Amino acid sequence: MYDFDWSSVRPALPFMWDGMKVTLKITVLAMSVGIALGTVIAMVRLSKNRALSAFSASYVNLFRSVPLIMVLLWFSLIVPDVIARLFNLSRMANVQVISAMVAFSLFQAAYYAEIIRAGIQSVKSGQIGAALALGMTFGQAMRLVVLPQAFRNMTPLLLTQTIILFQDTSLVYVMQVRDFFGAANIVGTRDGRQVEMILFAGAVYFVACFVLSKLVKRWQERLRVVAT
Amino acid sequence: MIDIQNVSKVYPNGFQALKSCSTHVEKGEVIVVCGPSGSGKSTLIKCVNGLEDFQEGEIVVNGISVGSRKTNLPKLRSHVGMVFQHFELFPHMTVLENLTVAQTKVLGRKKEEAVERGHKLLDRVGLSDHAPKYPGQLSGGQQQRVAIARALAMDPICMLFDEPTSALDPEMINEVLDVMVELAREGMTMMVVTHEMGFARKVAHRVVFMDRGEIVEDAQKDEFFERARSDRARQFLSKILHH
Repeated sequence: MYDFDWSSVRPALPFMWDGMKVTLKITVLAMSVGIALGTVIAMVRLSKNRALSAFSASYVNLFRSVPLIMVLLWFSLIVPDVIARLFNLSRMANVQVISAMVAFSLFQAAYYAEIIRAGIQSVKSGQIGAALALGMTFGQAMRLVVLPQAFRNMTPLLLTQTIILFQDTSLVYVMQVRDFFGAANIVGTRDGRQVEMILFAGAVYFVACFVLSKLVKRWQERLRVVAT
Repeated sequence: MIDIQNVSKVYPNGFQALKSCSTHVEKGEVIVVCGPSGSGKSTLIKCVNGLEDFQEGEIVVNGISVGSRKTNLPKLRSHVGMVFQHFELFPHMTVLENLTVAQTKVLGRKKEEAVERGHKLLDRVGLSDHAPKYPGQLSGGQQQRVAIARALAMDPICMLFDEPTSALDPEMINEVLDVMVELAREGMTMMVVTHEMGFARKVAHRVVFMDRGEIVEDAQKDEFFERARSDRARQFLSKILHH
């Protein structure tokens, strides 16, 4: 039987907190950029212009058809070089963090875009007619009438996707970025207590995601009450 | 005020929704458009403010051609009120916000001015107590009255009604018709797609009867009800009036 020894956890907490900050930074940034870019992609996809619509459809299909870890590897191999050359920087760790953020943003945008597209389509088509009939431009009708309703309908799905994103950020270890999971793993390897450290990291991920998804569920129920 | 000349519309699938329709609405006139379902009446009224496009003919509203590429459609629509079958209030805004959003964002009115105008119109349709509620908390009849108030808040030069009572429970039809009758009596220019012949008898000046995308009959109200010329109009009337 394996002898568990949890003594490595406590002294490593500050180190792992630094990693958690990286994890949160990547999650929050990729969520914000992903939702903003996803909204644009969704609107372009729903536009009447066939060429633009096809372009955004291929964007979504491309990113949804390749493994995330491959996208991350590409970015870690190519983007830091490009950024370093562009801004004349040396290849530093934070360049890797930036390219991780870019990779996650672009990748998540494809997933968010599909959620947002469904959200826009869930708004009754008569709503845009009513907005236009009041003299709103198409842009105003989207901004003031369609998107607020669409976002309300899809908030639970967007948050669920964000929870997945939060877990997926652990993949940045392939880019030598030290996130929460990476930090735990380093401590584990150093102390020969990898099993305990990874179990601990897993527990933290579980608690965070479980609490978040419970919150989403409660919020969803509240929205349903308001809507009726 | 509204001049419709030989308007034809064909959908991409080849269905001809409108066949060379011509009619007109003078200032202060109330015309009722009726006809069997699928006859093109809703399509026609949506062409008037450019919510539907058309391939042939011309519609001129207050001297502005709706079909012209140069026309600023949002500006034209901002003073042509429209009321829809399914109300189409904005469910994420309060009743009062429904009335003020276009006033401030489209007409550029100040917030206080828009709110004041909104309250005045809610009072007019008998719903002043409901300003802070959300549309989902109101009955169908109340929602449609809010929708009428929302259109009136823009100070429209004419009003289009697209089957305003068709989606309502019977006991709520009259509260909406009462508001419309009052509006008609005040001299509002109105084009109303409806099956409510009682409303037509009370306030319409002319009745337009459509069938299969064509305007079959366009007559003064009394003439239409007493001696409709076409068989199709007579058949339609006998079907909806025999109670």
